[in-house]
Amino acid sequence: MLLQGRSIAKGTGTGPLLITDTPISFLGGVDPKTGIVIDESHPLFGKSVAGKVLVFPYGKGSTVGSYVLYALAKNHVAPAAIINTECETIIATGAIIAEIPTVDRLKGDLPTDGVVTVDGTRGTVSFA
Amino acid sequence: MELDKYDQALLNGEYGETKQKMMEILLALGKIYEAEKFIEVKSVQVSGASFKTIGDAGLSWLNSLSGKAVVPSFLNPIGMPRDEWQNLGIPDDFAKKQLEVNAAYTRLGIRPTCTCTPYYFNIIERGDHLAWSESSAVSYVNSVLGARTNREGGPSALASALTGKTPYYGLHIVKNRIPQIEFHIDDPAATKSWTNAHYGALGIIAGAISGNKIPFFTEIRPNRDMLKSLGAAMAASGAVALYHVNEITPETRFPFFKKHIEEAEREVVEIEAAEIEELFGSLEADVVALGCPHVSEEELEELASLLENKRVVMPFYIFAAEEMRVKHPDLCARIQSSGAKIVPDTCMVVSPLMDRAGVVMTNSGKAFTYLPGMCKATPLLGTLEECVRAGCGE
Repeated sequence: MLLQGRSIAKGTGTGPLLITDTPISFLGGVDPKTGIVIDESHPLFGKSVAGKVLVFPYGKGSTVGSYVLYALAKNHVAPAAIINTECETIIATGAIIAEIPTVDRLKGDLPTDGVVTVDGTRGTVSFA
Repeated sequence: MELDKYDQALLNGEYGETKQKMMEILLALGKIYEAEKFIEVKSVQVSGASFKTIGDAGLSWLNSLSGKAVVPSFLNPIGMPRDEWQNLGIPDDFAKKQLEVNAAYTRLGIRPTCTCTPYYFNIIERGDHLAWSESSAVSYVNSVLGARTNREGGPSALASALTGKTPYYGLHIVKNRIPQIEFHIDDPAATKSWTNAHYGALGIIAGAISGNKIPFFTEIRPNRDMLKSLGAAMAASGAVALYHVNEITPETRFPFFKKHIEEAEREVVEIEAAEIEELFGSLEADVVALGCPHVSEEELEELASLLENKRVVMPFYIFAAEEMRVKHPDLCARIQSSGAKIVPDTCMVVSPLMDRAGVVMTNSGKAFTYLPGMCKATPLLGTLEECVRAGCGE
């Protein structure tokens, strides 16, 4: 299956899906050293975003969140790719500087689990 | 988006990897906000300058970049005075990181102006397209000077500095600058005696109500310092990047705006003058902190005359641009003979100076809003005269 969306940050990334319908604040919400979600009020609390295809509606909170994405990548614990419902500036900026392939506005439904590949350059997501 | 040859060359990496990535950031913003094209900016103001806000993650990103700004670009206040941090008790490890941040920006061609008021030292004209990021500066150039800028984040402002471009959307487009919410004061006569601090208090209330709408005030006649205070507070308690004061701010005099102001429907809110007075507290101050945003020439003059022949009895800080200090050595000497300190380059909110400082007395509505969250300090609002009296133990 191939779903078409909009290209936000280029490159390709493959990994298991980690899905939430709650927006994420990376500053204070995700530990830049480990990639673990540390916001206790978030449904993904305690889970690691490292190597995952992280699916969430959009980013929220401080714009310093962009730098947290960069720090995650430097520490090799960044998501393999990001899929947003509607990307905003914190995630878009962070994904570009951290080189995390990112798409949004997918036409069609993702599976609920399994491995997918995000092509941020073409704006597509593919899965078996 | 429509791209010209230069935009395309940037995206193709013909100007290097950093500029390519910077253009990718701007392109993503253009997509998100559905801009049809890029426009050139005349100047840029870059936030994300204090190590206190950007941390190690931001610093390591800055260190990975190369290239030079292609338009005049000004740096926001940093976390400490660049030359005198030793005298102020700034921790050594913080200072070391802050100096690395400064070096990174300087290398990228961002002028280390270290002020939130670069409009005092550079000519900004009505209609100029800019990419500025510090919220009070954005509000001032949009509202008081009639220039056009969105409120940029640190990275997007840096991207505009290195490319000279910004996506054309939001407040760059005239039709998006029309007032959306109107404020009345129940007792207009009371506003005649209002000081900068009162306008800061008005900003705290009006900003919280406005959110990200464009406010329109009638019945008030603030001067430029009062407008600075009003706008800074609204950008702190709300997300106001542009406001208008009828017959005071420049765009309200344009026929296009007059027509819209007369014809368009908008929400109308009444604020009681008594609510403004209630924000002035009666605690005992531990510290006095002025200059949020950085002081103007007029504010410096007023302070010099208020502090004449007086001695301060508590830490008394006045935050200012280094350029202002250099321009007015006599005024500064008069102020400092009272024991008050003029602190350049930094601000009470982004330096560690006010961290857990107890009760901080200020005439700034913006500082009043940020001191509890960012410095764990208790804010106390007073007029400039009240701040001087309290600071001198009167």
